[in-house]
Amino acid sequence: MSDNAAGLDPRSILKEFKKNKISHLVWLPDSETNFMYQVMTSDKDLTVVPVCREAETIAIAAGLQLGGKRTVVLVQNTGIFESGDSIRGIALDLNLPLLLLIGYRGWVRHGITKDSAAFYTEHFLHSWGIDYYLIESDSDAHLISHALSSAEANSKPVAVLLGREYS
Amino acid sequence: MVVPTMQSNRRWSLVSSRPDLDLPLTGCMGKASSMALGLALAQPKTRVIVIDGDGSLLMNLGTFVTIGEQAPANLIHVSFDNGVYATTGGQPVPGSHRVDFAAYAKSSGYRSSHQFEHLEDFISSIEDLFSAEGPVFINLKIQEDLDDLSADERMAMPSLVKNYPAMKDLFAS
Repeated sequence: MSDNAAGLDPRSILKEFKKNKISHLVWLPDSETNFMYQVMTSDKDLTVVPVCREAETIAIAAGLQLGGKRTVVLVQNTGIFESGDSIRGIALDLNLPLLLLIGYRGWVRHGITKDSAAFYTEHFLHSWGIDYYLIESDSDAHLISHALSSAEANSKPVAVLLGREYS
Repeated sequence: MVVPTMQSNRRWSLVSSRPDLDLPLTGCMGKASSMALGLALAQPKTRVIVIDGDGSLLMNLGTFVTIGEQAPANLIHVSFDNGVYATTGGQPVPGSHRVDFAAYAKSSGYRSSHQFEHLEDFISSIEDLFSAEGPVFINLKIQEDLDDLSADERMAMPSLVKNYPAMKDLFAS
């Protein structure tokens, strides 16, 4: 698969979804993950549910999962902050095995980020006790399967951060 | 299946004939309708009713547009509109008395949207409303009727956290 500027081809992520029989993606697009939009919305096996505000994603995903659909949430890290009470009261309290794909705004591989969104992201996940993995390129995409397995084995949400060099 | 929230959790539990199919959601800033949407999309042959309130709707106003966009035919969205935060002691909900929730739902894409101010009118329409193709929105203007519950009584209220373990395999394939 060809790399894009971020070194991560959306088809690598879609392949992981298919491997894990993910049928629904609840998504509010953001700057870090918009490179996946065309691929995700045009796949016939994947239903993308767009929302108006990020916290809706957690509750919609919970309903889909209760209804037997394998579902992934995709939002930016800022949207995860906004979703705090839904993560607490739904994903964590219900022990939902839910994969949170998170666009890592402000992330830098080297140096010091100037974006507070990046600074607080991992602190936030630590404080909720949510395990997380970082994906930067196609060779990391297998971590999606690992995260899904971990979420199901431990009955809790797990996060995968989609890192792009901030510019 | 019924998804009540906040004060409706206790009230609905007093009349529900199938508590095993109830998903009472507490808190979470007005997300009952969002959870109901997910369930309705996952199980299109199951009728899903969400019992919302004006305070909860205003915390998650985008839900109208998200539901209207998906337009699940099996979703009925009811709101008890009393103008106050009943759960926290009856403080007024900002702007609730002038917001037209039914118009908001209609312009967001619900197949039909209704408001009732008299019980008799609602009762005479109820069969048609609940058998109509969704999403249907029903705003019920009601007088405030506060529960004076102790902290222990609040904690004992029906909750999804208590119901969920028994429900999570309901639709498992």
